[in-house]
Amino acid sequence: MFDFVQMLVSGIASGSAYALMGLAMVIIYKTSKIPNFAQGEMALAPSFFAYMLIDSYHLPFYIACILTFGFSVFLGCMIEIIVLRKAQKSNVLGMIIITIGLEMILLGFVSWKFGAEPKSMPFPISPYDSIPMKDLIKGTDLIIGTLELFTFTIALILMIIIFLFFKFTKFGIAMKATQQNQVIARAMGINTRRIQMMTWAISSFVGCIAGLLVSSITLHPYMMWDPMLKGFSAAVLGGMASLPGSIIGAYIIGILESLFGGYISIEFKSVVSLMIIVVVLCIKPSGLFARHYIKKV
Amino acid sequence: MSFFKVENISISFGGVKALNEIAFEVNKGEIFSIIGPNGSGKTTLFNCISGIYKPTNGKILFNESNIMGKNPHNIAKLGIARTFQNIELFPYMNTMENLMIGRHIYMKTGIFRAAFMLGRKSFAAKEESFHREKVEEIMELLDLQSFRNRFVGGLPYGVQKRIELGRALALEPKILLLDEPCAGMTSDEKEDMIFLVQDILEILGVTILLIEHDMKVVMDISNRILAINFGSPIVIGKPQVVQNHPEVLKAYLGEE
Repeated sequence: MFDFVQMLVSGIASGSAYALMGLAMVIIYKTSKIPNFAQGEMALAPSFFAYMLIDSYHLPFYIACILTFGFSVFLGCMIEIIVLRKAQKSNVLGMIIITIGLEMILLGFVSWKFGAEPKSMPFPISPYDSIPMKDLIKGTDLIIGTLELFTFTIALILMIIIFLFFKFTKFGIAMKATQQNQVIARAMGINTRRIQMMTWAISSFVGCIAGLLVSSITLHPYMMWDPMLKGFSAAVLGGMASLPGSIIGAYIIGILESLFGGYISIEFKSVVSLMIIVVVLCIKPSGLFARHYIKKV
Repeated sequence: MSFFKVENISISFGGVKALNEIAFEVNKGEIFSIIGPNGSGKTTLFNCISGIYKPTNGKILFNESNIMGKNPHNIAKLGIARTFQNIELFPYMNTMENLMIGRHIYMKTGIFRAAFMLGRKSFAAKEESFHREKVEEIMELLDLQSFRNRFVGGLPYGVQKRIELGRALALEPKILLLDEPCAGMTSDEKEDMIFLVQDILEILGVTILLIEHDMKVVMDISNRILAINFGSPIVIGKPQVVQNHPEVLKAYLGEE
C-alpha cells in the first residue's frame, strides 16, 4: 500500500511536467495544425539562458527567472514572425519539417554555447528536500519531495490561468475563434496574425516554465527530449486538440509510467507511454477527449 | 460624394479571369443586389471587397478612401461586415459566444484589466454587460433568444443562417454583405429572411449588398441590381430594367 501511494505521488509529479509540455504543444496545434517538435528545445534555450544569467552575470535566481520568461516570449514571437509566418504558404508537412529543423538548430546552438556536460541549476529547492507525512493513512508514512510538490503546484496554477485566459479574456476568446475558423475570425475584425504570434509566445512561455522545472533536476542539452516526447504522447492521447485532454493524458502517462517502473521494470519505463499511445489509438483513433464535429453538407 | 464605390476591379486565378473590370456605386441606405449564373464571380467580388482576395487592379472606395489591399480585419473595423454562402460559424461555441465575437473590435479590456479588475463596478464588468446588452438587442431583432446557450453545431439550418447574420450585425456595420442569405431555405423561412433584411435596413440603417439566386426575392427587395456573367458586368439598373435585359436573359436561359 505504501509503495503504491508513493509511486502515485511521484507519477503525479512527473505528470505535471509532461502536462505543461503537452499543453504548450496543444496550444500551437490548435491554432496552426502543426505539432511543434521544436517545443522541447524552445524550453531548453530559455533554461540555459537562465543558467547563463545566474552563472555568468550573477543575477539572483528570481530576477533571472523573470528575464527568462521575457526571453521565452521573445523567442516564441521571433520564431513565428521570422520563420513560420513566411512559410505559411507551404503545406502542413513542410511546417512540421521546419519545426524539426528549428529543434536541431536550437539544440545545436545550446550544445555549442554551453557544451554537452551536465550542469546544475542553482534552484532554490533541491531535489533532495522532502516533506515527510507521518501516519497519513493508518500507519503509512509518505514522503513527498518538496520539488515534486512545487512542480505540481506551479503546473496547477498555470493550468488555471490558461483556462481562465481562454474562457474569459478578449484575446483568449479571439484565439479560440481563430482556432475554430480562421477566415471568419478575420472577417470579424480579429487580427489573426497577431493571434498566431501570441499563440507561439504563450506556448513558449508555458514550455519555458516546464523547462525551468525540469532543469532543477538535471541541466544538459538533451534534458527536454524525454518530457517533450511524453508531452507529445499525452497530447495525442488526449486528442491533440483538447487542452484538458492533454493534461489528463499527461497524468495518465506519468502515473502508469511510475507504477510500471515500480512493479515491473525501471529500464523499460519510457516505453510505457508509447505503448499506451499505440493501444489507445487502436481503440479510439481520435484520442480520448477529442470532440468531433461533423460539418453538415 | 459617393458612399461606396468599386472602380474597375479585376482578379484572375491562373488563366481564368474571375472578375473583369467590375465597376459600380452603392448609395447609402439602399439594397444593392448582385446576380449572375453560378460561377460568374459574385462571391469572388465579395471576397475582394472584404479583403480576403486582393484584386490585381482597380479601386474600392468607402467614404472616399481606398480600402483595396487592406487586411480583412482592418476592413471589418471600418464597418464592412459579411455573411458567407455556406454557413461559417464557430461550431464549439454557443449562440451568445458566436455573437460576442462580433463585438471583438469594440472591446477594450486587455489582459491586465481582465485579470485584476474584478467585481461588478469594474471597467471590465461594465464593458462586458454593455456588449451583452447590444448582443441581446440583436438576438431580439433576429428572434434568437431561445437558442442563446445552445451550441450552434446542432441547430437547424435556418437558425444558423440567422446567427451568422446576427454575428455580422454585432459588428455594427455600415455596409453588410449578404452572400445568399436565403439559400436552401423553405419559402416560409425565405419570407422571414426578407422581412429581416428590410428591418435591418430600416431600423439599423445599414446599407446592404446582396447576392441571391432566388429572382423573386431579388426583384422584390432590391433598389438596384448588377448582373454579371463570366466575371464581366452586363448591366446595372432598376429591377425591371435588369429583368428584361436581353443579355441577362441570354446568360440565364442560353441562346436559341
